[in-house]
Amino acid sequence: MEQGSYEVKVGLAEMLKGGVIMDVTTSDQAQIAEDAGAVAVMALERIPADIRTDGGIARMSDPLMIKDIQKTVSIPVMAKCRIGHFAEAQILEALEVDFIDESEVLTPADDNNHIYKHDFKIPFVCGAKNLGEALRRIGEGAAMIRTKGEAGSGNIVEAVRHMRSIINEINMLSTLEHDQLMATARDFQAPFLLVEQVAKIKKLPVPNFSAGGIATPADASLVMQLGAESVFVGSGIFKSEDPASRARAIVDSVTHYMDADKLAIASSGLKSAMKGLDISEIPDDQMLQDRGW
Amino acid sequence: MVRKVGVLALQGNYIQHKKMLDILGINNILVQYPRELEKCDLLIIPGGESTAISKQIDRNKFRQPIMNFVETNSIFGTCAGMILLSSTKETNNLKSLGVMDFNVERNAYGRQVNSFTEIVQLEFDSTDNFNALFIRAPKVSYLGKGIKILATYKNTPAMITDGKHFATTFHPEIGTDVRIHKYIMEKINA
Repeated sequence: MEQGSYEVKVGLAEMLKGGVIMDVTTSDQAQIAEDAGAVAVMALERIPADIRTDGGIARMSDPLMIKDIQKTVSIPVMAKCRIGHFAEAQILEALEVDFIDESEVLTPADDNNHIYKHDFKIPFVCGAKNLGEALRRIGEGAAMIRTKGEAGSGNIVEAVRHMRSIINEINMLSTLEHDQLMATARDFQAPFLLVEQVAKIKKLPVPNFSAGGIATPADASLVMQLGAESVFVGSGIFKSEDPASRARAIVDSVTHYMDADKLAIASSGLKSAMKGLDISEIPDDQMLQDRGW
Repeated sequence: MVRKVGVLALQGNYIQHKKMLDILGINNILVQYPRELEKCDLLIIPGGESTAISKQIDRNKFRQPIMNFVETNSIFGTCAGMILLSSTKETNNLKSLGVMDFNVERNAYGRQVNSFTEIVQLEFDSTDNFNALFIRAPKVSYLGKGIKILATYKNTPAMITDGKHFATTFHPEIGTDVRIHKYIMEKINA
C-alpha cells in the first residue's frame, strides 16, 4: 500500500472537478456550503475581501476553527498557508486537512521560494497567472492549479485574464515543433519536462480550476467555458446578501455552465452580489496576484 | 448489446470515464438531462463528491428516471457512484439510489492523508493485478446475499456485482488500464 504518492494527490483533485469550492469562516457557513452542494470548503479566518479591508498580516487559521469545520461537514476541508511557510503547512498536515492552498491571499513568508510540496503527503493547490507560473508550482509538487484572479475583488476580469493566458499558452505550445520547446521553456521560466508534457497532452498535467473574483452564476459559467474545470468562490458567497441561495445558484451554474436556460434560472431573484472593486481602485502594492514567484 | 454508454456528468471525474470508453471505441455521451438516459443502455456514475452528486440527481429530477432506467439497463458506479448505487441509509445531504443490495461507510479509511494505491487481484483476470486508487474511499459495511465479489482489498470487497450492476470502491478510470471497463462491457453484452 502506498499513501501520499503524487498519483493519489492528483486523484483527489480529479474528484473535485465540475464543482464549487467555497471559502468559509465558521462551521455554520461550512454547513451552508455543503447543503448547497459544494464539493469542498476552504476553512479560513477571514475571507479575502475582509483581509483586504483589515490590512495587517494574514496567517494560517486557528487549528481549533479548522477542526470545528472538519467535524461539521463530510466533504473535503482545505486550508491556506502562507507562500513558503512550510511550518504552517506541516501543522495543516498534522491536522489532516484534505488539501493545502499555498496562497497569495495570505501574507507571503518567503519572498523567493515556495514550499517544496513533494515533501508532503497532503496535496497542494497553488495559484498561477500564466503557464510558466503554473508549471513552476507543479514542478514543486502542486497537485492542482487555480488561476489567481484577484481575490476579494468580486471582479472577474483578472480571473478571465489569467485563464485566457494559460489556455492560450497551452494552445501555442501544442503547435510547436519539438526543437522549439527548450527555448519556450526558457521564455516561460518553466521546467522543460513539464513544457514537453503540456505540448503533448495539450492541457495541464493536473486539474486547472479558477479563482479570484467569481461572484455570480454567470461568472462561474464564463470561467468554465474558458476552460476551468471547477471554481473556487471566496468572498463572493458570504459577502453577498443571501449566501445560501447564491451558493446553490453558483453550484447549479457550474453543473450546467453551457446551458443558458438553466443559467437564467440560477441567476434569477438572487439578492445583491458582493459590491466588488474596480481593479484600478486597488493600489499596486495591494494586488494579491503579484505575490508568488 | 451495449449500443451507447451514458456517463452521468453532474459533478466529478466524468471526463476520465469518457476517455476510457473512447479508448475502447465504445459509443458514449455525457448525460446531463434525464431524457438522455433513453439513448443509453449502460450508465456510469463517476467518482466525485457523493453529497454534491446526490443533490444534483434530485435538483435535475434524475431519481425516478434512473429507477426506470435500471429496470432494463445496467449501472456501473465508482467510489461516489458506488455510494449512490448502494442502499445505505439516508443521511444529511446524501440519499442513495438503492439500486444494489449493499451498504457502505463513507470515507471509511479517513481523510485524504489516508488515501492510497494498492495492487488488487481481479477475479475475472488472472493475467495481471490491477493498480487501484482509493481516494477518500468508502468501505462495504453490509453485502446482500446476491452480490458477488470481483476484487478484494484487505478482506473487504473492492469491486462487486449483482450480475446486472457493477461497483468499485476505487477509481478504474484513472490511469491507462482499461480492463475493468472492458470486462463490464463484455459482461453486459454476454
